[in-house]
Amino acid sequence: MNFSFRNKRISGVLTVVPANERSFLEDMKNFNAPEARSLKLMEVMGYDKRRVVSEGVCISDLAVFGLQNLFSRSLLKPEDIDALILISQTPDYLVPPTTSVIQGRLGLKQDMLCLDINQACAGFVIGLIQSFMFLEQESIRKVVLLSGDVLSRKVSPKDRTIYPLVGDAIAITVVERDSGESSIEATVKMDGSRGNALSIPAGGMRLPCSPQTAVLEDVGDNNLRAKDHLFMDGSAIFNFVQTEVPPLINALCSRTGRDIYSGDYFLCHQPNRFMLQKLADKMKIPHAKMPNNVVERFGNSGGATIPMALTINVADHLKAGSARACLAGFGAGLTWAAMLLTLGPLSFCELIDYP
Amino acid sequence: MKSVAEILKEIRPEFDFTASTDFMADGMLDSFDMVTLVAALDKNYGISIPGTDILPENFQNIASIETLLRRCGAVLQP
Repeated sequence: MNFSFRNKRISGVLTVVPANERSFLEDMKNFNAPEARSLKLMEVMGYDKRRVVSEGVCISDLAVFGLQNLFSRSLLKPEDIDALILISQTPDYLVPPTTSVIQGRLGLKQDMLCLDINQACAGFVIGLIQSFMFLEQESIRKVVLLSGDVLSRKVSPKDRTIYPLVGDAIAITVVERDSGESSIEATVKMDGSRGNALSIPAGGMRLPCSPQTAVLEDVGDNNLRAKDHLFMDGSAIFNFVQTEVPPLINALCSRTGRDIYSGDYFLCHQPNRFMLQKLADKMKIPHAKMPNNVVERFGNSGGATIPMALTINVADHLKAGSARACLAGFGAGLTWAAMLLTLGPLSFCELIDYP
Repeated sequence: MKSVAEILKEIRPEFDFTASTDFMADGMLDSFDMVTLVAALDKNYGISIPGTDILPENFQNIASIETLLRRCGAVLQP
């Protein structure tokens, strides 16, 4: 499905990561695999450091902390927020929506719209599309898009298919109208028939959490995981990304008459270094144009990784000027999405620690 | 330049890869080993094996890996 927008822009990005850092060298002691094999994996996948929340910290805690930081520095006024969107798979509660929790904690005005969207690694692009749609309304002038997860709380420490790559974070992206003639093009695809490749089996209405769903099971390759934990079919997801994402971006460029190689940056979701390098090779994009260094420094935090790639790699460029970028997200659903837009100049673009 | 068998031996020294015709079925390689193997083959032969070719059937045994490498432009020692 294709989308086109005019006169909208991202005006600022703040990424919030927990100060609590874990290292792969520490984590690998939990794995039932020889050290030498784990070290080789570390080198190829780019596993190293990642940020995870302390026990009990929720996604709303990161969001409230980040928004208060922006308010205190007058980078955002609470009364200017007309809509709050949260892209996350880790809500505080099943009910109420986490955006309502955040609105209440911050004392935001009642004359606004709060919306939770259950999306993951493609969520930043989905959230931008939703934000731009909101901005078509006369009554909505500024949207705050929150995207991220605290999935470290839902992974098994004895599952090396997923544990070493998951990090926690939230990105706060301010989206508003633009007086210029900016053009934004996007495309989204979804395939629910493959949804089980990335899932948490227990915890919803289909299979509520229970003592039985918390029991660790041997799931092969020396990994232990419970039904309460996040499951990823790594081979299926890898193949999905390599097969589906390049034609998606090529079709988007072709539809809009853009030369795929003319853009400044390809800011993709950050699953691991290996997958991104293979994606860049397949699309013949120089590795320097497609940053892949988020996982090694912070871990994979779902919908926060694209803005995080932006904040840690191109912040100076985007605070001083603008750049043509292609954003691409892919993950649970399965969902894959891409967007062509001009980024910058941004009034803020930084990363802060949640203590 | 190392041979495919030598690279496999570096990844899983406990196995004799020349004696197997199906590494996955024989429990000699898992999906993580396959990733490590692809990175090692890329580096050794100066190629980039396409992500869409990283499938178990292409890594079933030494012959299938060599077929894949030739398709990717690698020059193998006789």
